[in-house]
Amino acid sequence: MPALAGPFEDSVAKFANDEFSDTEAAIGEVAASGNALASPIISALQDGRLSADPDSKKVFITQTDGKIVDATTGAAVDKLPDNAAAVRLNNRLRRTVEAALGGLTLLSPDPAKRLAAAQSVFKSHEENLLPTVESALAKESVKPIKQAFAEARAAIILFKPDASDSDKLDAVAVVKARGDQEALALLTGLGDQPPLVAKAAASAVSAIQSNLAMWSMVQNAWYGLSLGSVLLLAAIGLAITFGVMGVINMAHGEMVMIGAYTTFVVQEVIRTRYPALFDYSLLIAVPLAFLVAGFIGVLIERTIIRFLYGRPLETLLATWGLSLVLQQAVRTAFGPTNREVGNPSWMSGAFELGQITITYNRLWILCFTLAVFAILLAMLRYTALGLEMRAVTQNRRMAASMGIATSRVDALTFGLGSGIAGIAGVALSQIDNVSPNLGQSYIIDSFMVVVFGGVGNLWGTLVGAFTLGIANKFLEPVAGAVLGKIAILVLIILFIQKRPRGLFALKGRAVEA
Amino acid sequence: MTPHILTRSLDRAATAFILIVAAVGVLIPLSNLLLPQGSMFQVPTYLVALWGKYVCYAILALSIDLIWGYCGILSLGHGAFFALGGYAMGMYLMRQIGSRGVYGNPILPDFMVFLNWDKLPWYWYGFDKFAFAALMVLLVPGLLAFCFGWLAFRSRVTGVYLSIITQAMTYALLLAFFRNDFGFGGNNGLTDFKDILGFNVQAEGTRAALFLLSCLALIIGFLICRTIVTSKLGKVLIAVRDAESRTRFLGYRVESYKLFVFTLSACMAGVAGALYVPQVGIINPSEFAPANSIEAVIWVAVGGRGTLIGAALGAVVVNYAKTFFTSGPLAPYWLFMLGALFILVTLLLPKGIVGTFNSWWETSKATNGSPDADSAAREDGVGAPNPAE
Amino acid sequence: MNVMDTRATSAMLYLDGVHVSFDGFHAINNLSLALEPGEMRAIIGPNGAGKTTMMDIITGKTKPDEGTVLFDGTVDLTRLDETRIAELGIGRKFQKPTVFESQTVQDNLLLALNVDHSVRGTLFWRGSKAESERIDKVLETIRLTDARNRLAGSLSHGQKQWLEIGMLLAQDPKVLLVDEPVAGMTDVETHLTAELLKEINKNHTIMVVEHDMTFVRELGVKVTCLHEGTVLAEGSIDQVSSNERVVEVYLGR
Repeated sequence: MPALAGPFEDSVAKFANDEFSDTEAAIGEVAASGNALASPIISALQDGRLSADPDSKKVFITQTDGKIVDATTGAAVDKLPDNAAAVRLNNRLRRTVEAALGGLTLLSPDPAKRLAAAQSVFKSHEENLLPTVESALAKESVKPIKQAFAEARAAIILFKPDASDSDKLDAVAVVKARGDQEALALLTGLGDQPPLVAKAAASAVSAIQSNLAMWSMVQNAWYGLSLGSVLLLAAIGLAITFGVMGVINMAHGEMVMIGAYTTFVVQEVIRTRYPALFDYSLLIAVPLAFLVAGFIGVLIERTIIRFLYGRPLETLLATWGLSLVLQQAVRTAFGPTNREVGNPSWMSGAFELGQITITYNRLWILCFTLAVFAILLAMLRYTALGLEMRAVTQNRRMAASMGIATSRVDALTFGLGSGIAGIAGVALSQIDNVSPNLGQSYIIDSFMVVVFGGVGNLWGTLVGAFTLGIANKFLEPVAGAVLGKIAILVLIILFIQKRPRGLFALKGRAVEA
Repeated sequence: MTPHILTRSLDRAATAFILIVAAVGVLIPLSNLLLPQGSMFQVPTYLVALWGKYVCYAILALSIDLIWGYCGILSLGHGAFFALGGYAMGMYLMRQIGSRGVYGNPILPDFMVFLNWDKLPWYWYGFDKFAFAALMVLLVPGLLAFCFGWLAFRSRVTGVYLSIITQAMTYALLLAFFRNDFGFGGNNGLTDFKDILGFNVQAEGTRAALFLLSCLALIIGFLICRTIVTSKLGKVLIAVRDAESRTRFLGYRVESYKLFVFTLSACMAGVAGALYVPQVGIINPSEFAPANSIEAVIWVAVGGRGTLIGAALGAVVVNYAKTFFTSGPLAPYWLFMLGALFILVTLLLPKGIVGTFNSWWETSKATNGSPDADSAAREDGVGAPNPAE
Repeated sequence: MNVMDTRATSAMLYLDGVHVSFDGFHAINNLSLALEPGEMRAIIGPNGAGKTTMMDIITGKTKPDEGTVLFDGTVDLTRLDETRIAELGIGRKFQKPTVFESQTVQDNLLLALNVDHSVRGTLFWRGSKAESERIDKVLETIRLTDARNRLAGSLSHGQKQWLEIGMLLAQDPKVLLVDEPVAGMTDVETHLTAELLKEINKNHTIMVVEHDMTFVRELGVKVTCLHEGTVLAEGSIDQVSSNERVVEVYLGR
């Protein structure tokens, strides 16, 4: 194995000539050698850690930990020869080095590295990497990476002065098909080209631009849907307590927070006792959070709210006080700082859809929200409790005289609203910081959603939440996050002036009474 | 037969209230300035500033009581008017710093220099003049309240809806004032004040004078409110509070009445904020926090809404308790207490301290057979607030 | 009023082809009705016939989907709000007595007086001898002189009904809309109320909604029966109460 006095050793020895042209040749040869030491040598060259002895033509690498090895064999060396000097680089060579490093990883056995290298070649379109790219392309079997190599090759060809027109036209088509921001940057930076190619590139640019504009709309719409689902989740419980019962629960946000802390406790127990169950932690937390928050809700209704029916402003103040107490209680029990709630594996990560990235946690939350909404709707429509709730809402006295225990229905309704807030807390713990202030950040938004959508109408809440979510995300790129939010608040304030009872308002004499 | 509107507003309790505030306004500064330090009766300077703060809160509470107690408008955004008045005063104080700032720029406040701004934004013009700033203290909150109220009351946004959108209003302002490019010092707000009208804001004399002025403003505010609630206008307000649509059918333009008291109340809150800022030495966006506005409402509820005196009393009592508890070993429990206060007052003491006292006084008088007492109390227009507001 | 004016009708109140629906429910259906100046009209009909909604339309609380509502032959009421309509001279007593409970009987009447209703006017109001005389007179009419300093909330149900009628008197409107004035009253009180309304009718136009047929009979005026938002029958009490349809849907056999 040491008998490597072959081409690789000769190539490495060129570094010792102290000539820029020899160094350049050496970089190319070493990079193409496929030798395991090629990458350390060129990295060392880039960092100024490659030294050469002009007399013995021996080349050494000073490793990052300070140890010195022979560049051709990798054998450890005690110390550098006295007249060894660092191999010099100029700016042109530095670029060659960077490209060579890119080329080296093109052949890496690690697919992720190959992909990254292909992407970087696409950007650098270094001409002398063309052979490497082509050989990599021929060998590659993983589809997306093969695609990336093809794109990298196309990029190089586009910038290669002596490439034929037809090759270049093919290349334009490949880059156009890629269609992202980088393809756009590449095509707009082409410089002088034969007229035919320039024309094709120009039309590709406009095609990509409109494609990108479309995708950015899709992206905003997705973000909007995602925000809308969060708003809906937070507001849906409120739509029951405020919309159906007419009770202003300012402690609604704290019910969400309690749900999030329930998730935290469930995960803590699982972490310490049954780590294997971690992926199921949310499935366990959802019913628990519903029960915990629902129970607290019933307790609140029985001890405070029921004495305040018909006095909405007092209810507002009392529940605000309650929210302070609940926050402080959680702060005392769990500390004021954020608690760590983990994502189970099936909620981590993301996938690409065209030009946008969709994270699994956001997607799951959207599905979860819609499921909760559907279940709630079905519950109101088909169960006995739902029927009683609607009866009590529409005519309390009539319902009471028909034998419905209105006070029990009140307590259960409030418990239901609170329980759903607790479930919302489980979902929100996946995307937000779990702290005692968690609920505070949602309360104003939730009220806005319910008021905007129209009180007493769950569909209104749904439409309200998604409208506000999407409007917010489309305003954000134009006005910035904070100004966008302010604009939304101002718009809602103006909207309420126009339609004081929301989008889907009930009409008639009963409403006024 | 009917006395002049000013004399009508002064019953025994109101006169006593004014005399007590006036006495406090004079005695506290005098004791601070004239008595030797360490004397038993000498009020230390920090206490003068602290009580000055309470008096400003009392004015804010009065302004809330005027609209909530008498007209049924529960504003959860009155802190916004308070803060706007405070910012107007703060801008004047910033301009007075002149070249004594860290960067020594004679025109631009430090934070603008820090942000590399090269000239004063147009809305800072004129704030170097006290008279202009004083006008803005009234005008800015008043104008905002007028526009907001005009839209809201005309569209008949009432009850909790109004409460929620006033909360949204102050929340929007909170977000806006946090921004650096909004031009009001962003996160840090306005601070490091030096002079007011040429006097050092830190000096004992200035603090004493500011305290006296705050008490004076409280008295004037109280008189204005009393005049309103004891006039026929006050009766209309209570009518609106108790049966808004009935009032409309009698031919009263309810929105005009609401707009009038709402705007007036916002101006009062602005004055309170303007007096508050030089005494605490800072104004920052956290004053816009919705929690502050709601806390101010609870002062009124504790003292007794629809009593004016109760509102002022409630502001002082709750804030004194807050200072007392948050500075001691009980600090972590203060929020529990504040929260419990909200719940207990609404459940057990819906009329507040003064309202409950009034009812007790009335019944004890009535059993003693004095026919005069209950009619006098009714003149207050207190009564039991209609539960179905 | 100018002789050459363009009065569409001589009626004080004129409703023609009025429709209102709430979420698909037709509360008022092609309702037409005319009330001549100085007339008193009794409106009867089963629950949900649209009686209160009709009053809501006249007083501006509810806007009709279509149809004409004219006051004094010229004024289109559908385009005005409650305040403006009240100022024009249409007063209303509600089905459920609504008085200002936390204020005294006297103050309730004071608030109802048709004097300057502007913010300025009420702020600088000083009161006058004429005003207090009028209040005294109304108090006497509604027999509440002794209760003038009591809180309105402490009155009995019947007294509240009368106070509300008194407020109408103080308001001195051209047209009075009176919704169920004798509900919850004793027979004596009912009789006195009928007398009172007849007295008021001497110089006011009145529309009174009532279920109590004895009371309606005692009023002895033209009766309109509403059913499902439209006029079922109109005429004297005897004519209406012998009408087959009226008997079927309302009076019962």
